[in-house]
Amino acid sequence: MYPSAFRYHRAGSLREAVSLLSELGEDARALAGGQSLIPLMKLRLARPAALVDLNFISGISHIRRNESGIFVGTLARHAEIAASEIAGTIPILHDCAAGIADAQVRNRGTIGGSLAETDPSGDWAPVLLTLSTEVRCMGPKGERTIPLADFIVDAYTTVMERAELVQEIIVKIPPKNSGGAYLAFKRCPSVYASASAAVQLTMLDRDSCQDARVQLGCVGLTPVRATEAEAELRGKVLSPRAIQSAADAAMAAADPQPDMRGSVEYKCVLVGALLKRAIEIAIRRSRGERVEVGHEYTGRN
Amino acid sequence: MVVEPRLLLVELLREELNLTGTHIGCDTSYCGACTVLLNGASVKSCTVFAVQAHEGEVLTVEGLARNGELHPIQKAFSENHGLQCGFCTPGLLMSTAYLLSKNRHPSESEIRKAVAGNTCRCTGYQNILKAIRAAADLMGADNKVKPNAD
Repeated sequence: MYPSAFRYHRAGSLREAVSLLSELGEDARALAGGQSLIPLMKLRLARPAALVDLNFISGISHIRRNESGIFVGTLARHAEIAASEIAGTIPILHDCAAGIADAQVRNRGTIGGSLAETDPSGDWAPVLLTLSTEVRCMGPKGERTIPLADFIVDAYTTVMERAELVQEIIVKIPPKNSGGAYLAFKRCPSVYASASAAVQLTMLDRDSCQDARVQLGCVGLTPVRATEAEAELRGKVLSPRAIQSAADAAMAAADPQPDMRGSVEYKCVLVGALLKRAIEIAIRRSRGERVEVGHEYTGRN
Repeated sequence: MVVEPRLLLVELLREELNLTGTHIGCDTSYCGACTVLLNGASVKSCTVFAVQAHEGEVLTVEGLARNGELHPIQKAFSENHGLQCGFCTPGLLMSTAYLLSKNRHPSESEIRKAVAGNTCRCTGYQNILKAIRAAADLMGADNKVKPNAD
């Protein structure tokens, strides 16, 4: 399959990429990992007149840390984040990165590309929304830093203007007594999840929750923040009953579309079950336990 | 060489360079039959433009054997009946090569995750997994995947 013909530009820096995109006009697109854009172009669902390739720009694939946060360059591949010890200090980042699609896609796909695309089934947005995350962008008017919750506007829509690019993702390091987990269920490895649940808990002590953040993926046009589920956890002893109440609230908050991945009822039940287990794992992690979770599918083990 | 921007890496390999060992299976970034190593990392060559391999190193299945001698991964697949129709095999060999370049002693779970992006429509997965375990054993300590001299 051949995409429509396009002009190809290899940017040497992010600044140059922004200028090129400004000059080339509306029909130009930035090419990061290409794992969504290239298939769309092959099916001719996308026909950009020009591509500006970001893959040859150095210095935008970093994963750094200081005392307050983790800084991830826009071109960091999912596989690089999965292998990063720095990213691994926030386990939910590893849960997400290590299970996106398959090994080959993780070697190409980038965190900046994923956030810029804002697919309703994308993995990064729900995960990063349970943490305090900001997106640093570079555009024709300069740089700006936007909280992730404000960055995402709708399905496939961000606040970024034409020729504006994601430069860096900044994740605030959660407090010591916290734990998070991300669970996604997919029909097979190479596809988007049918539903996913991300949770980040800050614990007061072993069993009591001081604060909670719950995000559900694939069950709305954007990640769904389940505030009622958060309220069932915040300030509570996390008994099985409290966890079940949170899962019930999440099921009520989910607003999925029926599609080949499942019916509305199925996805609601699935997201509730995923959240329940994610909360249990987040509690264990808040106590310092190492637990490996992430994407699940038939045949993985 | 000069290529049209829209030429996919897999088309460059097959149509321009006559390296037809890399197969096109689904052409929709799903099946992994077209897997090659680009600068040491496994990629689906149907989802990378040829221009993106500019000044890069591409290792295809043709680059595994050396001096007419099969690569240990190929031997392991042959000896363990790790293929039936063989269509998915080049991709699986390259995914295995990538796995073993990163991880000398993969666990069962790591092996399964490593080839999760490769679909075998004959469903011969049990012997494929067996072949990958055998390849890891065969390559022992020195399992760095090296391209041949060509």
